[in-house]
Amino acid sequence: MTASAVPCKPPAAEAAGLVKRFGDITALDGVSITVRAGEMTGLVGPDGAGKTTLIRILAGLIDPDAGTTQVLGNPAARLDRRRLGYMPQRFGLYEDLSVIENLTLYADLRDLPPSDRPETFGHLLDFTDLARFQSRLAGQLSGGMKQKLGLACALVSKPDLLLLDEPGVGVDPVSRHELWDMVRTLSGEGVGILWSTAYLDEAERCDTVYLLSEGHLLHAGPPDALTAPLAGRVVEVATPPGQRRQRLATLRASGRVMDAVVHGDRLRLLLKSPPTPDDEALGITAAAPVVPRFEDGFVAALGGSDLGDSQLAAAYRTIPASDAPAIEARGLTKRYGAFVAAQDISFSVPRGQIFGLLGPNGAGKSTTFKMLCGLITPSAGTGAVAGHDLRHARADARQSLGYMAQKFSLYGDLSVAQNLSFFAGIYGLAGAAAHSAMDQVAELFHLTPYLRMNAGMLPLGYRQRLSLACAVMHQPPVLFLDEPTSGVDPLVRREFWNHITGLVEKGVTVLVTTHFMDEAEYCDRISLIYRARQIATGTPAELREKAGGVATMDEAFAALIRNAESDANTDRSEAA
Amino acid sequence: MSTPISPRRLRAMIVKESLQILRDPSTILIAFVLPIVLLLIFGYALNLDTGRTRIGLAQQDGGEAAASLALAYRNSRWFTVVESGAVPALKDDLVAGTLRGIIVIPQDFSRQAIAGKGTIEAITDGSVPNNAAFVATYAEGVRREWALDRAAERGHQPPPPIDLELRNWFNPGSISRHFLVPGAIAIVMTIIGSLLTALVVAREWERGTMEAIMATPLLMGELIATKVLPYYVLGLGAMTVCTVVSLVLFQVPFQGSALALFAIASCYLFCALGQGLMISALARNQFVASQIALLTAFLPSLLLSGFIYEISSAPLWVQMVTRIVPARYLIPSLQTVFLAGDDWGLFLPNMAVMLLFGAGFFAITVRATKRRVA
Repeated sequence: MTASAVPCKPPAAEAAGLVKRFGDITALDGVSITVRAGEMTGLVGPDGAGKTTLIRILAGLIDPDAGTTQVLGNPAARLDRRRLGYMPQRFGLYEDLSVIENLTLYADLRDLPPSDRPETFGHLLDFTDLARFQSRLAGQLSGGMKQKLGLACALVSKPDLLLLDEPGVGVDPVSRHELWDMVRTLSGEGVGILWSTAYLDEAERCDTVYLLSEGHLLHAGPPDALTAPLAGRVVEVATPPGQRRQRLATLRASGRVMDAVVHGDRLRLLLKSPPTPDDEALGITAAAPVVPRFEDGFVAALGGSDLGDSQLAAAYRTIPASDAPAIEARGLTKRYGAFVAAQDISFSVPRGQIFGLLGPNGAGKSTTFKMLCGLITPSAGTGAVAGHDLRHARADARQSLGYMAQKFSLYGDLSVAQNLSFFAGIYGLAGAAAHSAMDQVAELFHLTPYLRMNAGMLPLGYRQRLSLACAVMHQPPVLFLDEPTSGVDPLVRREFWNHITGLVEKGVTVLVTTHFMDEAEYCDRISLIYRARQIATGTPAELREKAGGVATMDEAFAALIRNAESDANTDRSEAA
Repeated sequence: MSTPISPRRLRAMIVKESLQILRDPSTILIAFVLPIVLLLIFGYALNLDTGRTRIGLAQQDGGEAAASLALAYRNSRWFTVVESGAVPALKDDLVAGTLRGIIVIPQDFSRQAIAGKGTIEAITDGSVPNNAAFVATYAEGVRREWALDRAAERGHQPPPPIDLELRNWFNPGSISRHFLVPGAIAIVMTIIGSLLTALVVAREWERGTMEAIMATPLLMGELIATKVLPYYVLGLGAMTVCTVVSLVLFQVPFQGSALALFAIASCYLFCALGQGLMISALARNQFVASQIALLTAFLPSLLLSGFIYEISSAPLWVQMVTRIVPARYLIPSLQTVFLAGDDWGLFLPNMAVMLLFGAGFFAITVRATKRRVA
């Protein structure tokens, strides 16, 4: 027995064999995790994977049905809460208290001595750049500022363990990057950090990653360990849009491909093994393999994606060609009192294209959407859908579009069949036509086994499928999809985009919003919306170019926001 | 738990809760504007006093006695009389509800009256039992008085029937406003204690702040204590406003002492706050919490507390049910302290029951409020 030379510090938090059930649903099934001091530990997975449950168990807010926990030296139920920083999904701020009042409250609750406060508050307000807004009510802060204040409240008495439940969700990329940098600094100071996220690109930057899917751990270890086996197996193949389907059919028949996604005018392929000279017949060259991403690892861990053609698209009617734009927005503006929700939004989408509205939550995407659907009346400007002007023919405009609302907007207490029947009815399908449309979408979206189940009880992926099914049943020429893939796993995301790209080939025009920047690559053109304004519009390649030739949409958006802000500042100083 | 109670945490939470109360317009609306609106409704609009009742009078006899009796009805302070020679003419009005009853003076009334007899007929609308009983009783009263007066005029001294002299103590004018207003104060305290408290705790669950403060060292007992105190003060404040308004605006007498009033109100608030916290510990969403609070706190206080409906005239099983309505123990005490004065023999048992209810509610709340979000 020798005393170890390196003192082995116990981990900040450790859990083994956690099981948690809610009724029939198993949220966690034998999950083990270790959070080390001074490290960024990522907890990654789609919605409903069990991330929040795991974090709440570690925070001592839920008791597991089985398994053990050790948090800051004690079982989680008896942990020393003064040493814990916890930021729940909605930040835990009192919206009717000011910034400084929120900070003071949490300082009191965490027993920070009054003598330490001036220094601690000063440091935190600097750190979060909130010093200017001390007396502003938390409810009047922007999403990014709320997020930073939530972090400041969690940090007010310096914790040894920091648990962050999806801190970056729905916030603009600049704020997300700033928050990441702040937390990274803390880990450098020896704080143990667990960062949960649905953004797979965030996982790549963690020291250790735990990948959860449906309560199971798919991967535990450094992120490279998941992507390393894929080195050399990810390639991009230039494919003009018109040849996609044919190309995919060939690739599928070859049995060489595990996953394929559209990336601008290229196809991004995950191969079962590194390319060989034989693959050149498929158009694949070994010359330029791409760096695999965490998402590739996720898809590989799930066994690859289904590369089939969209059956939905195959069964869809062909939308007749037309020179007129399918969707048009001209100076759409919406004001609520002094608050401007959308300012002078203009774009035009030709038939058979995907147009994306990208931006953080609250930027004005949904407002723009609802104006085009005729659900809210614009304060100024106008628009048209499938040739129907919003001012005169709202009902006709609505009849010619399929709308999939953000979040789940079906009737949770009605069964799947009843929901389908209801939506068939309101879109004017009746009798045999309604029945065959319902049978068809139930079949296409794999909903047949669930027909009698209440929609509210469906797993998330199936709920999203049902929402899309209801929107396309009457085969409209235009589809409006508001955050269609929010929170679903990469396989369901691929299935959705496969349908969408398939429908576009049939002449359907799609307007889509998303806050997942990487999804922008599926779009023909996109518009970046930030604080109610369009800050840039163009093809994904053009926007990356405009942002200074960056590699990802996320970086492009961040750069374009910074440009827009410095322009605004210049304008202000010129005006002054 | 090993952690001791921290005065700093308690103070911080009370400050936070008070700031929220002051900044939330709906809280101020519920605590101060709603009570005054309620008082005005109960004080002016809702009136249980009997004024004059419209009846029909069918005088089928032309004799002197009949005319004299008809005059007695016309002069009565209870009735407004619509006259007609025959019943059928009045029947439609009775059916339509514009008349509450018909008094029939039959054809040979005068002749019989001379013989010392004479019957009249009172037709009432049995579909409105209270009114029917009222009309019948008062019609008979007018007739009896008329008969006695008439006998006296003629020098007869009939053995006077047992003379019942009614005198309402404590509310000599029988002004319903005087007992409704103390009742309204009870309703106001129920709204603040149970409904508002249930809502604010449920709101913390909905907005995710409960989860955040549960992850701090705050003890669950501290959390409950800091929810109770500000709303206790708010409840007493609203009670005081109501009392001042009823004294000044409605001239409700106040015979008891302020000490008794505050002691009674405090016991009830303890109980109402306990109920509100218990509801919010069980329902974590504002809609459900408000429904439960309405059904289990507000409506029973309104209907089963003796505030509007006399408990003693309810069926026995309903009377049994009222025993578990805390407001039932408050209202007699409040009415007494306003209209009669301090009667600690009545107050103390009622206060004890309210405290007991409160203790029960708090016990359930403490058991149900674990530091757990699921």
